[in-house]
Amino acid sequence: MSENIETAVRNICESVGNDRARMMDIVREVQETFGCVSDDAMDLIASQVRTPRVEVESVVTFYAFLSKKQNGNVVIRLCDDIIDRMFGFERIRQTFSEALGIGIGETTEDGRFTLETTPCIGMCDQAPAVMVNDEIFTDVSRDTVVDIVEQLKAGVAPERLRRRLGDGCNSNPLVSAAVSNNLRRKDAVIFAPLECGNALNKALSMSPNEVIRDIKTARLRGRGGAGFPTGMKWDFTRAAKGEKKYVICNADEGEPGTFKDRVILTERPELLIEGMAIAGYAIGAKEGIIYLRGEYAYLRPYLEDVLQKARNMNLLGTNVLGHEGFDFDIRIQMGAGAYVCGEETALISSCEGLRGDPKNRPPFPAQKGYQGYPTTVNNVETFCCVARILDQGAGWFSQIGSKGSTGTKLLSIAGDCRRPGVYEVPFGIKLSEVLELAGGDGAAAVQMGGPSGQMVGPEEYDRTICYDDLATGGAMMVFGPNRDLLEVVHYFMEFFVEESCGYCTPCRVGNVLLKERLEKIMQGKGEPADLQYLEELGTSVKSTSRCGLGQTSPNPILTTLKNFRPVYEKLVTEDQEFRPTFDIQQALGEAKAIAGRPSMHFTD
Amino acid sequence: MTKEQEHTMAKPKIATTSLAGCFGCHMSILDIDDRILQLVELIEFDKSPINDIKEFTGECLVGLVEGGCANEENVRVLQEFRKHCKILISLGDCAINGGLPAMRNTIPLQECLDEAYLNGPTVHNPSGKIPNDPEIPLLLDKVYPCHEVVKVDYHLPGCPPSADTIWQALTALLTDKPLELPYELIKYD
Repeated sequence: MSENIETAVRNICESVGNDRARMMDIVREVQETFGCVSDDAMDLIASQVRTPRVEVESVVTFYAFLSKKQNGNVVIRLCDDIIDRMFGFERIRQTFSEALGIGIGETTEDGRFTLETTPCIGMCDQAPAVMVNDEIFTDVSRDTVVDIVEQLKAGVAPERLRRRLGDGCNSNPLVSAAVSNNLRRKDAVIFAPLECGNALNKALSMSPNEVIRDIKTARLRGRGGAGFPTGMKWDFTRAAKGEKKYVICNADEGEPGTFKDRVILTERPELLIEGMAIAGYAIGAKEGIIYLRGEYAYLRPYLEDVLQKARNMNLLGTNVLGHEGFDFDIRIQMGAGAYVCGEETALISSCEGLRGDPKNRPPFPAQKGYQGYPTTVNNVETFCCVARILDQGAGWFSQIGSKGSTGTKLLSIAGDCRRPGVYEVPFGIKLSEVLELAGGDGAAAVQMGGPSGQMVGPEEYDRTICYDDLATGGAMMVFGPNRDLLEVVHYFMEFFVEESCGYCTPCRVGNVLLKERLEKIMQGKGEPADLQYLEELGTSVKSTSRCGLGQTSPNPILTTLKNFRPVYEKLVTEDQEFRPTFDIQQALGEAKAIAGRPSMHFTD
Repeated sequence: MTKEQEHTMAKPKIATTSLAGCFGCHMSILDIDDRILQLVELIEFDKSPINDIKEFTGECLVGLVEGGCANEENVRVLQEFRKHCKILISLGDCAINGGLPAMRNTIPLQECLDEAYLNGPTVHNPSGKIPNDPEIPLLLDKVYPCHEVVKVDYHLPGCPPSADTIWQALTALLTDKPLELPYELIKYD
């Protein structure tokens, strides 16, 4: 290792106080500076932060955006999502490959370009999308690809390639992204106008217990998908013993098809910050962390600026808004491309500088979370609801939506619909109404809540969107009548196989077996017993996996088996003679050639 | 029709065969000893090496298959069994996993034949030829467990499954009772 690199790595470690828990920041920075985290760099990091070398390597090899192998100066990541596949991923991939002369996972010989794919980067409403380093390009056509590559080759920096800026704050100089909000319906909770500090001021005029009581009265439930009552979570965290407590915002929006937090983070970050400060006040925390997915790195300078402005307005800092004794600040923790980190215990692991492995529960994060301290982890949208509840009142909030599901929900709608984008709708709205809003009438199937959710067909379009009927973390993928549903399901299974952390067997092995059996059926080699096998294995994987990933990963198969069974049944046959996977002629081919005579029992 | 004849008519039939196996599982069938007399009360043997009936005489309730499929002959017999037996059971590890014969599965067929007939250190083969009589069944590219070739209803593991295991399984099937295989019958160390 050259002296320069050594000094640089040392400096990076020192900039976070050689703190082992800041491993993610260290390795991200090293990766960004040198295009890889080399063996030498890992040795040095390990000795700097006094941890076994294997701990460093386990982090570097876990996250998709980190690599031991030297990457090119420019890393091009093609968003390989089912929606992108529907809208020309393959064309884009081919054009990039041809223009750069490399395949996926390869680096050009001159070391300038690396080409990769990555799952959903949260741009399904403007697919196909591509990341060039941290720059995002959306609605990419073949011509754009040719143009991008030409300019990059000519030495133009990725951030200078943009031809246009997106709407709203996407054109803020600190964001300056070519991303569109596609914010198509605003409602009263998230996207109503905002007066900074109002909500927090009101909260600080109450006791923490009164704040939690308000959240309970509003019957707010978590917006990430699971729908746990927020007030109860805060109660547990407040009651738990610990010298410190933490507020973590889950902005690791990785569920394919979900992009609502992207729009909140772009248009309403102030609301989020206030919500987090209110949570800090309610549970007794001084520190908050926003865990921002690596794909949204382009938003980071802007969010840092919003945080700084909040500090200037004393919405963050010491004695917040003049409230003696309440100090609260927020730092941003960047992720590095791992879906499983959206699971709250895995997210905590990642914040602690570890692989994004989920943890055993109990103890729940409310008892023992970040670094062993009581922690509340809430979704971006949940914190925004909190701020609005404090501002407008719990009674006001609980009158919006339906009885068991109060307030509004952000939906990110993409796929075969005329108006893809983000919609803020009151809970209790019918799926058919939403489809109409988005111009998705005539849809043959809708995937609610992303791959881990459920696939529903037209006979269920009059169901309502709420926690007790069609629950969703926000993703809604619309599939027209010409789409092959099994291909969609297969993509989802590929995704889960790739994103499983590998810790527990049901998820690591079970998802592979489910995918292979599905492939057998798709190849026309399925038997009726295979459907039963999928159901049984899927149920086992769900009930025996360690975290939410494996507990939901069989859903695409199980819900399509339930709601679209004829699609499967058309493909399976009961073959009396042989198993459909057994080919006697192929099995005899070698021997026939060697013996130079035909089979006596099985003629061609 | 005499009472005795009627009794015989009603008895379900059972067939057994050894494909790419060592007949060890059949030895184990015989190991049920004098209980074979009780068994004969319950069933009648159709095609089986035990009575040397070569072809099926009718439909059977149970087919016991020892060994996996190594050649076309095995496949043909297994097909016959599937056709004639209501319940098909893979008996022993070769039927279930391919067993010892499947050790050749990682070696190309030509190399196997060369080693067996030409190059092996103990080979005595003055003709220097690999046998290729038209009567010799062609080998498959690899040894297949039975359930990869046809649908198999049950697996009875063991190398061989003990006589008691076979006895328990058969009597449970024939008397329509749930099969109970205590730990001692399915442990193999």
